[in-house]
Amino acid sequence: MPFSLLKYGLKNDYPFERDADLPAPTELKPSYDVVIIGGGGHGVATAYYLAKYHGITNVAVLEKGYLGGGNTARNTAVIRSNYLTSEGVKFYSESVKMFKELSNEFDFNIMYSQRGQLTLAHTDATVRAFRQRAEVNKHFGGNTELIGPQEIKELVPTLNMNPAHMPVLAGLWHMDGATARHDAVAWGYAKGATQRGVELHQLTEVTDVIVENGKVTGVKTNRGTVQCGCAIQAVAGHSSLMAAKAGFRMPITTYPLQAMVTQPVKPFLDPLVSSSALHCYVQQTGRGEIVFGGGSDPYPLYNTRSTLELKESLLAHAIEMFPFMANLRLMRQWAGITDMTSDYSPIMGLSPVENYYLDAGWGTWGFKSTPICGKTMAELVASGGKVPELIAPFAMDRFDVFRQVNEMGATAASH
Amino acid sequence: MTRLNAPMGLLIDRDQPLAFNFDGKPYQGFKGDSIASALAGNGRWLLSRSFKYHRPRGPLTMAGQDANTLIQLGKEPNVLADRELAENGIDVQGQNYNGSLDGDRDAILGHFSRFMPVGFYYRCFFKPMGVWDKWEGLIREKAGLGVLDLEFEPEYYDKAYLFHDVVVVGSGPAGLSAALKAADAGASVLLVEEQPILGGSLTYNRFDVAGSQADNLRADLVGRVEQHKNIEVLTRAACNGWFADNYLPVIQGKRMYKVRATECIVASGSFEQHVVFRNNDLPGVMMSSAASRLMKHYAVKPGNRAVVLTGNDDGYLTALELLDQGVQVAAVVDMRPAPESEQIASAVLSRGVQVLSGHTVYEALPTKGNKHVRAVDVRAITGRGEVASKGETFDCDLLCMSAGYMPVYQLLCQAGGQLKYDDDAAEFSLSKLPAQLRIAGSVNGIHSLEAVLADGERAAQQALQTLGLADGAAPAAVSCGRKVNFEWPIFSHPKGKDFVDFDEDLQAKDIVNATRLGYRDVQLVKRFSTVGMGPSQGRHSALPTARLVANATDRTVTETGVTTARPPFSPEKLAHVAGRIFDPYRRTAMHHRHNELGAKMMPAGNWQRPAFYGKAEQRDACMQAESQHVRNKVGVIDVSTLGGIELRGPDAAEFMNRIYTFAFLKQPVGKTRYAVLTNEHGVVIDDGVSCRLADEHFYVTATTSGVERVYREMMKWNAQWRLDVDITNVTSAFAAVNLAGPDSRKVLEKLATDVDLSPEGFPYLAYREGHVAGIPSRLLRVGFVGELGYEIHVPAHFGEALWDALMAAGEEFDIRPFGVETQRLLRLEKGHIIVSQDTDGMSHPGELALEWAISRKKPFFVGRRSVDIVMAQPQTRKLVGFTLPEGTKKPEEGHLVLEGDNISGNVTSCEFSPAVGAIIGLAYVGINQIEAGSQFPIRVDGGQMVQATVVDLPFFDPDNARQAL
Repeated sequence: MPFSLLKYGLKNDYPFERDADLPAPTELKPSYDVVIIGGGGHGVATAYYLAKYHGITNVAVLEKGYLGGGNTARNTAVIRSNYLTSEGVKFYSESVKMFKELSNEFDFNIMYSQRGQLTLAHTDATVRAFRQRAEVNKHFGGNTELIGPQEIKELVPTLNMNPAHMPVLAGLWHMDGATARHDAVAWGYAKGATQRGVELHQLTEVTDVIVENGKVTGVKTNRGTVQCGCAIQAVAGHSSLMAAKAGFRMPITTYPLQAMVTQPVKPFLDPLVSSSALHCYVQQTGRGEIVFGGGSDPYPLYNTRSTLELKESLLAHAIEMFPFMANLRLMRQWAGITDMTSDYSPIMGLSPVENYYLDAGWGTWGFKSTPICGKTMAELVASGGKVPELIAPFAMDRFDVFRQVNEMGATAASH
Repeated sequence: MTRLNAPMGLLIDRDQPLAFNFDGKPYQGFKGDSIASALAGNGRWLLSRSFKYHRPRGPLTMAGQDANTLIQLGKEPNVLADRELAENGIDVQGQNYNGSLDGDRDAILGHFSRFMPVGFYYRCFFKPMGVWDKWEGLIREKAGLGVLDLEFEPEYYDKAYLFHDVVVVGSGPAGLSAALKAADAGASVLLVEEQPILGGSLTYNRFDVAGSQADNLRADLVGRVEQHKNIEVLTRAACNGWFADNYLPVIQGKRMYKVRATECIVASGSFEQHVVFRNNDLPGVMMSSAASRLMKHYAVKPGNRAVVLTGNDDGYLTALELLDQGVQVAAVVDMRPAPESEQIASAVLSRGVQVLSGHTVYEALPTKGNKHVRAVDVRAITGRGEVASKGETFDCDLLCMSAGYMPVYQLLCQAGGQLKYDDDAAEFSLSKLPAQLRIAGSVNGIHSLEAVLADGERAAQQALQTLGLADGAAPAAVSCGRKVNFEWPIFSHPKGKDFVDFDEDLQAKDIVNATRLGYRDVQLVKRFSTVGMGPSQGRHSALPTARLVANATDRTVTETGVTTARPPFSPEKLAHVAGRIFDPYRRTAMHHRHNELGAKMMPAGNWQRPAFYGKAEQRDACMQAESQHVRNKVGVIDVSTLGGIELRGPDAAEFMNRIYTFAFLKQPVGKTRYAVLTNEHGVVIDDGVSCRLADEHFYVTATTSGVERVYREMMKWNAQWRLDVDITNVTSAFAAVNLAGPDSRKVLEKLATDVDLSPEGFPYLAYREGHVAGIPSRLLRVGFVGELGYEIHVPAHFGEALWDALMAAGEEFDIRPFGVETQRLLRLEKGHIIVSQDTDGMSHPGELALEWAISRKKPFFVGRRSVDIVMAQPQTRKLVGFTLPEGTKKPEEGHLVLEGDNISGNVTSCEFSPAVGAIIGLAYVGINQIEAGSQFPIRVDGGQMVQATVVDLPFFDPDNARQAL
């Protein structure tokens, strides 16, 4: 038994300080140096790095619901860096490195679990794409290999090698693939940020963005108006709606993305397994539940309702991959809202409004970027708008000049 | 095995005894018994071990609504023992124990609970850096409940559709009265009931002192329902979700009905709620309704000596029922200062039962090993959640508890309904339901029988109005009648084990402590403490959690709320949701011929195509032999999977002109033209050949994997353009071959007697119609493989006949079939791209040297604006041809092209070409690497670098003389 457990048990009362993790609600101040719209993982991570690395603490994170209650709460917590483009791989590799350190940095266990991620190829076109992804990853020092059916069988002996008449030809084995307790990531950042003086305001909805002479000067909220030196929007699922409040459009289409979880059973599946041809990915959580995810819904919508159709097709494919799972019982189905860009890469950096910064377009891949996005967004804000090199390729104006960072093949149903 | 006398035991057939094993020991039961009731009938109460502390658990609801009864049934984990029928010879096991179910060594974890305060794992196991990796493995071993059989083969499950005017969920008194009212007015009604018999609470609850009202009413209502021609009944069926527009999955047996209801009336009733006190999870402690169900449904005596703990009058009625069935009742402990109905209370008193008002059970005292309740410590209530320092102990082996009821809100909240807490009634109620979704009965907060019946009729009347079947104005709302919920049935104990959530072993202090750490929102409390995350999804924990969180954070219970309800209502097997799995597996009309010829098949989308003819391990040799044959003699390939789209109408040419990049308005009839499709980003997404059959009739091909998308895009665009054109995907209507090689004309001349095949009569790129071997055919003279050749498209059912005719006619010319892989080599030799292999999500026409296929003049096609912008910019990469000397390590498709330390491109196609005598390929390279004759590095397998030489395309027959013969 670790010492910390013993320590708790020997205290008579609950061993933690009141509000040890998150501060009690306070009044809004009339003005902040920085307002962060959106208290998800990205928002609080940005606040954390602003405070930690740049000494900027006169910061308010404004969250319309509860901390990390949007896509941070709803994603399936896949962490990986096996992307296709140089820009993508460099960016996400940094994130994976940072994730590994977070528990000790926060003094709060985010339960980072490196399980490896296996993506299956059923067509020679996918084999070609995977080979390229493996090569790009290796080029930047990542641990990714294209492996054959025999190695796949050894890694996941329970996998059906011929699901839905589509034989498994090869797999992209990404050894850095991992998962973590997604909520804990948001809590760890919020705890670290608020302990350094950042204010987190939950149940505080930004209803309008005040722009004067092309420059953001404040935001209106359901709790009153707040002035600010600069603002960051980190509102996955509602990016284009928030941008509209600031007076500009974003090249984003918004789709629901659904996921589901079974009752817990004894552990049998270590790696994260996905098949883009079957639009299905599967992992077993630390609690023993099996989590399934798939592709986005086929039509745009700002709504987190569940559908029967998606559940039917996703679970049919899950059974194709793992036939014995037919006997598993589904416990819960839910949805998040994803802001898709046409090149399947995010939008970070400057906006048409001065001092108004963008952290958007995260589609289905936002969670895994939380640390590096927070860190680089904080650099951007602290430098007064100097875009860090790592995120420069993800500027919104890339769509005007046709400099997209195309990750289409690297995102579908792999998350 | 003694059972109570009839009329107890509604669900069992005493004439049909059965025997089965549980945890290695034999037990007996009757047909109709659930596994749990049969075990209880044998005096076996311990069914499972809890998730975290491995505490013994027994029946709690007897209705399949808790995780206490989860058992392993053969290959199936997590089966609800109080819902699953006992069957002769089944072998049932306990779950989640170390050693044996009765002697679980992991029960020691319960003693260490003080070392594991809520969320302790967020504060442990990670220091020093790296130790988490080891801890994680140990913790992971303890995860999960049952064991999944990894060898299990899926069984047959299916789906069916049902359509009804009104679907009534739940056949309690409200549901029965609603169904009858709607059916009497002429509506077609589907009545869905989870239990094997209709009646809901009428089948187990006691509503009056005499104990006869429920049976009489049930006999009347059920009799009428069963006779009614407008009512279809599904029993043992669960309506497991609500999806938009009353789309309801109803699971029964091995089938999922997908039900569409114009009107849906949810009469799902309410879940009886537990009281929070120390050891409230012991076997023998159960809901009052569970004890009633044991008696009425299964004739099982729930105990010998009972204490009834209640917050409403229903507890008194339970006491009467227990007494009638020979159970001694030590005391009725009423948390309220006084009972509501004098009459009911005095009936209990008159039976000599002690009634303690204003009291509660403060602690249940266990037998050794926490196996069963043996006594309860009853204390006077001195304030909210507070009790006197001393109390009285009552020996008992059964504790029935009822703190009140929580509406079964799951389906309704899935539909967008909202829960509001009424402080006076101490109860949640539902509002903001969508149109055409009604509620009735106790889910609607109505708790007296007469009012429940009236409420069912009211809901039905509302539904009938929408349906146009109503016979008058909607009746006014029905009022509830009585108060059934006790405000604060939570009595924390300093030593804990006062469970709020049985699934997750969460005690009252765990919930409060989560809020103390700063997790105030009920959603955060859930996520931090895991309350409500277990198999029963908060059926019993949601209400006490809402109350505890509200109290700890100085908010109202309404402000606090409960966590989101999501489908499914009760756990559903993946097999049920998946049903009969449908995965199209498409064979062309010539499929059997390919098999006979020993083809190695490969998937192409849903299709199966020959890769080459020969064994997998002879791939290279087969391909080279086949390709040489096409170059020197004649070959034939099945191209039936190629997409085919027909466009007809006055605007067909205009439509073609808008959708494809080339100019099509003036495409002559009888000619083909290359057709490239770009998207709005100017990226090439498909290509094909356009044939003009008549002024207003085009037939255009698309790639095998791309045709669905092309067709969808066409439909999407024309929905906006509204051009006068019919667009049809005719892919599967045609079978097609490509007959290619210097001798192809000679072969075709034997068969196509009504077509002038001379070079002048049917030149390169022309289109003709005629008969091949008597089969009506569309003939395209195109040259994907770079030889004299003809694509022959025929109605699909003639496919095999065409193939046979060509093979027979070609015999004298040594005709040989070739596969997709060979075709890829042949086209590579000609430098022709394959869209999706040699293009990616960014490839624009300039990078692919397809400028020639873009009309300069026309003002619009899909992607025009983007193509113009991109082509005007300096390019960064280009697709080039390259060669490597024979014997070099062959690059694979996907290998990287480097420029210094940077990635500048990638190989898209690469093969050894016997015609060229070298390795040839296509690759994207940096714009500084495109000059013919220059070299660029490719990193091949193992990290080795090879130097490729850029060459002009095509690799073979640079003047394209052969295809134009």
